[in-house]
Amino acid sequence: MTFFDVFSLIISVLILVIAFLAINAKKLIHSVIYLSALSMLAVVAFILMKAPDVAITEAVIGSGLVTALFIFVLLSIKRRDAK
Amino acid sequence: MIQYAAIFLFALGFYGLFVNKNIIKLIVSLNVMEIGLFLFIISIGFVSDGIAPIVSSVDDLGLIYVDPIPQALVLTAIVIGVGTTALGLALSKNIFDTYHTLELDELEAIQ
Amino acid sequence: MKKFFGLIVAFAFGLMIILALRNMSGFPAYGDVNLAERISGSYFQSAIAELVGSANIVTSVVLGFRAFDTLGEVTVLFVSSLGVALILDFKHKKRMELAFKPNFMLKTASYILVSIILVVSFYMILHGHLSPGGGFPGGAMIASSVLLLYLADDQFRSKIQGFKILESAAGSLIVVIGLVGLVIGTAYFENFLNTGVIGNLLSAGIIPIIYVLIGLKVGSEIASVIDQFLTEEEKS
Repeated sequence: MTFFDVFSLIISVLILVIAFLAINAKKLIHSVIYLSALSMLAVVAFILMKAPDVAITEAVIGSGLVTALFIFVLLSIKRRDAK
Repeated sequence: MIQYAAIFLFALGFYGLFVNKNIIKLIVSLNVMEIGLFLFIISIGFVSDGIAPIVSSVDDLGLIYVDPIPQALVLTAIVIGVGTTALGLALSKNIFDTYHTLELDELEAIQ
Repeated sequence: MKKFFGLIVAFAFGLMIILALRNMSGFPAYGDVNLAERISGSYFQSAIAELVGSANIVTSVVLGFRAFDTLGEVTVLFVSSLGVALILDFKHKKRMELAFKPNFMLKTASYILVSIILVVSFYMILHGHLSPGGGFPGGAMIASSVLLLYLADDQFRSKIQGFKILESAAGSLIVVIGLVGLVIGTAYFENFLNTGVIGNLLSAGIIPIIYVLIGLKVGSEIASVIDQFLTEEEKS
């Protein structure tokens, strides 16, 4: 088992665990943060599979823009509830 | 190993579509399914001992490279996933403004 | 109980896909791919690689051999941005009032960061045919710089009309350049400029030009989506 195999095994297990936590979280904000962490682990997996173009695109879009959109919707919901 | 994790990630996202009742968590499950699909498509094109498909000069064309076509497909699909998520979130914001709830049970009871 | 049963069904679904793919004769094992059997093997031969002329083979696939799919993706992004603009439309708009107010130091420091992010994004767009990146992550970085301005300054509202005009002009120019390829050469989106030496900055024909247009289009679309998520109705 080379270093590459051990590393991809660790990344695979972490991806499955964090995806399960994202789907079964009680609060919505926890689910969104686990989704952002899942995107970051997917970027590491893309680099392991020698795909730098896809890794850069997923890093910029998954960490910055999709998470920001989710958080803006959650902030708007919390404001309506508090009013 | 990453290929098996990608297929199980797709199945987990599918399970998330059954189980969740909140609209925002449905969109999160859709995103989890999309990430699993991208990982699977790129793992199809992986060659052991291959390098990233970027050519430095014309005499470098004889080395072993990774398949570039699945990467081109996934590059397009990632941006389309952002568009779909943005549209879904805009719709759910409007639903909350009109009905003041985001659970599917209460939405069906109102109708 | 229902959740546990659903988890069993999802696990069985994944197992079924794995077993079906394992027994298929045309599906190779992970990593044992022979590129000479696929069409990608021919993209690495020097005669065909010089037909497009870009050093990044993924770019030559996205904008050279499969440019029509990229046109479809640009259309889908346009339709989704149009949908968000139609759904979140109010008569009198103002910026959403949040509970935290950023202070003066955050506002000033964020302008420095915005200029650094913009420089990196333009570098990435212009070198799409030489190194990983290209128009799509470069455009998303432009949108990230706009997002930083929105987060650091709570009175900031960008000029939405300017973004919409830029996006429409860039989209129309992409289609027009493809049509010029059809008129001058033989195919839609044909590379009609000189392709040059692989590895130079001025190589690969029309590919850097189209990537600049795609980067501007994607950036302005996502920036206008972010603006629409942060506005609300003005209750006067």
